[in-house]
Amino acid sequence: MRVEASVVPHSRGSRVTLWEIFLTFFVIGATSFGGGVVAYLRNSLVTKKAWLDEDGFMAALEISQALPGLNATNMSVIVGDKLRGPAGAALAFFGMTLPGGIMVLILGVAYASNQNNVEVNAILKGVGAASVGLLLAVTLQIGHKQLEKIGDLTIVAATLLLVSFLHVSLVIVLLTVAPVAIWIYRPRARTDGSRAS
Amino acid sequence: MSGHLLQILGIFSLLSILSIGGGTAVLPEMREMTVVQEKWLTDTEFRDVYSIGQIAPGPNMLMVIVLGYKVSGYAGAAVAFAGFFLPCCLIAWGACRAWNHFEGSPWRLAVQRGLAPLVVGLMAAGMVAIARTAIVGVETTVLAVIVFAALYFGKKVNPALLIFGGGLCGWLFMR
Repeated sequence: MRVEASVVPHSRGSRVTLWEIFLTFFVIGATSFGGGVVAYLRNSLVTKKAWLDEDGFMAALEISQALPGLNATNMSVIVGDKLRGPAGAALAFFGMTLPGGIMVLILGVAYASNQNNVEVNAILKGVGAASVGLLLAVTLQIGHKQLEKIGDLTIVAATLLLVSFLHVSLVIVLLTVAPVAIWIYRPRARTDGSRAS
Repeated sequence: MSGHLLQILGIFSLLSILSIGGGTAVLPEMREMTVVQEKWLTDTEFRDVYSIGQIAPGPNMLMVIVLGYKVSGYAGAAVAFAGFFLPCCLIAWGACRAWNHFEGSPWRLAVQRGLAPLVVGLMAAGMVAIARTAIVGVETTVLAVIVFAALYFGKKVNPALLIFGGGLCGWLFMR
């Protein structure tokens, strides 16, 4: 799947304006509460704007996931670049991060001067606990396929063990686990029959 | 002051490059560097800053702005934001062009398949890192379990409602 080839043709005929790119991502950035930006992106870029078709969207998402960085910002850079080059990428990125960034800064400044306030602490304690439930649900939803096969499950468990319990530095984990994981899935002739694990 | 800014830039740009699997994947390393190593904030403050990031819309790692602000004021906030988001965005910008050249390569598929379980493991580790600071007793455990069950077993529950509901529960029951 190619992102480029999947950008819907009519958007090339009548070029999307930079302002429209900024505004579209600004709206996504301002309304995507509670995580799950990907769902908001799909709704806006594929369903409403038709800047990408479903295949193009999935291709961009696959790239976003394999690269460093957040899906939300990687997607905005990739889609913005496809629509209008570097300027489109920059405006999509700032549109995506500006509303939340400003709000986080305002909340952060307010927090810094009220952090011994009992009510502020209680609210953030509740939000923190709820976030753990959210993170667990998201991890299982994304990872359910990886928890079914023994080979994948081993990689998941080894990564968790190394990072959370043995406190091995992330650099080391990435440099050791990633090559092994990719090697397990290395391309092989189909005749050998055994697949991964 | 400028020494701190350089440190903020160094730490967050390193985390940016390492953030394969998204923001949650670097949470353990971020906590290690900012709480344990630099002692810029306590575990409870780290949880608070993470929670502030959850209340705001948009990408879930905008919390780095608050971390930067706590260390070096507005300049720290700007440096942390640039450090955490620019390197990975530049990589994404360059790599998505290169990635298309490998279309159909069996190695591209191997990279995708191999990284998928690694990413899930890193996300689980991020969840554990937040849980260690955020789960501190019966009330917080019950709340986390309810939110998890509502999202995982319920259909189409808006996560934002549960996050704000969590804040409300905290305000009512955790003072």
